[in-house]
Amino acid sequence: MIYNIEYETLPREALEAVQLRRLQETVERVYATVPFYKRKLDEAGIKPSDIRSLQDLKRLPFTTKQDLRDNYPYGMFAVPMENVVRIHASSGTTGKPTVVGYTARDLQTWAELIARSLSAAGVTSGDIVHNSYGYGLFTGGLGIHQGAELLGASLIPVSGGNTKRQILIMKDFGPTALTCTPSYALHLAEAAAEAGIKPGELSLKYGVFGGEPWTEEMRKEIEAKLNLSAVDIYGLSEVMGPGVSVECREAKQGLHVFEDHFIPEIINPVTQEVLPNGAQGELVFTSITKEACPLIRYRTRDITSLDRRPCICGRTFVRMRKVSGRSDDMLIIRGVNVFPSQIESVLMEMKEVEPHYQLVVNREGTLDTLTVLVEVGESVFSDEVRYLQAIEKKIAKNIKELLGVSANVKLVEPKSIARSEGKAQRVIDNRKF
Amino acid sequence: MDRVEQISVFLENKAGRLAEVTRILADAKINIRALSLADTSDFGILRLIVNDNAKAKEELRKNGFTVGKTDVVACEVNDQPGGLHHILKILQKANVNVEYMYAFVQQSGHNAVLIFRFDNLDDAVKVLKENNVKVIPGEKLYTI
Repeated sequence: MIYNIEYETLPREALEAVQLRRLQETVERVYATVPFYKRKLDEAGIKPSDIRSLQDLKRLPFTTKQDLRDNYPYGMFAVPMENVVRIHASSGTTGKPTVVGYTARDLQTWAELIARSLSAAGVTSGDIVHNSYGYGLFTGGLGIHQGAELLGASLIPVSGGNTKRQILIMKDFGPTALTCTPSYALHLAEAAAEAGIKPGELSLKYGVFGGEPWTEEMRKEIEAKLNLSAVDIYGLSEVMGPGVSVECREAKQGLHVFEDHFIPEIINPVTQEVLPNGAQGELVFTSITKEACPLIRYRTRDITSLDRRPCICGRTFVRMRKVSGRSDDMLIIRGVNVFPSQIESVLMEMKEVEPHYQLVVNREGTLDTLTVLVEVGESVFSDEVRYLQAIEKKIAKNIKELLGVSANVKLVEPKSIARSEGKAQRVIDNRKF
Repeated sequence: MDRVEQISVFLENKAGRLAEVTRILADAKINIRALSLADTSDFGILRLIVNDNAKAKEELRKNGFTVGKTDVVACEVNDQPGGLHHILKILQKANVNVEYMYAFVQQSGHNAVLIFRFDNLDDAVKVLKENNVKVIPGEKLYTI
């Protein structure tokens, strides 16, 4: 079902008129209220009145994760704090999170985008939604929550963790839709099987999974093991949270970007040029309805391409292909963003160890595992096993505290981490997407 | 001197790493007096007493190994049942904690040599000597 039939099926010309008007308003507003954007536009010699067509978008400067960090925590807010009703945050490279705010209207917009996304997956007001996205600073839990309520579905705010309880709820509460990261969906499927539950025994019909990259093979596996129809949902907290784009269950070929709220572009990450239709490159978003922290040409670092061909579902919104990688070194492990530099900062802070490390990511069964190899220099070394094991534990604990990710820490001999041209290879990602 | 210098080497739990250490020592004509290996599922610590500590350390470091140095205590007991127990009883009575230990038997004579790693080496040596345990000085052990 299409939740907002008027907007989601707007003819291209009408949609572009809406986009232009909203873009102009956004640029005017950020120029007037966010010192960062005033300076950026002045430096580029552009006035808000110069934006006369959507073609002018590419004249505007980019916004990067670093810009958000430089303006930590509230520097990018375009409204006074009294108008902000919610604050979320995502992990950042220096250990400081990226902070985003929402006005009451932003939350309404977000709820509608989630309601649209759930509808695209097949969910209706008659469904019971089992929401296993984490609740808290992470946008996943609360994002899905308010959208499901707006749709009128019966939402169970399960949050993440405690697999046993999840299985009990899935069995006894009779949810018809499941929302979580795809790797957690697979984990739940296997836990259900171990508990002796057969695929057809649960009442699940729909799955809305996102927060990390996943493959078609994973979709097939989840659909078979949980006996449901699964779609991919995309979003990032900087832009809104989940619900920036979603697949329709009719096609399951690319995610429809809610273009009446976000304008996507694909650029060459090196030259920063806008690439022609269909080309693969870095995804860039401009939010055109957000009040609290609108972003102009935000570089997501996600690699994908845009497909403007009409879709069988009737939505006129452009489709982005499933994200295939990153243009920086960020890893997504069990839905959590991890930058190698964060691990480095953990090691740097511990006087005992040297920051010679390597991250190895594997998918064991259905869960991502992170192994951190740390070279043992003479400053760390001891002739006692328990001392070295205590160091391994301490590193793992510090990583868990800063990043919220469990890591398996292994001490290795010096120089055993492969170096090419003198530079250590920091990340080995053995997962296949 | 009542203490013996022991070198320790960090080893990954990978095939051939121990042989690499013994090759380096053999090439440098260094004789191993005693050794023990402590291991976990992913790494091991090789502890060695050799006839030339400085040279052994230098050669191992040159080959990229992480090498540490610790002072341990060597003492001699009769190579007969109850020999080790006699010493451990003394230490237990004096409430001296042993971090780890290993032993070897001398070719000549009828004695066994015990190598102890203590938290507090000086106190331990004092207790051993008070109980008439023969503590072997480093210089003597290196050249046995």
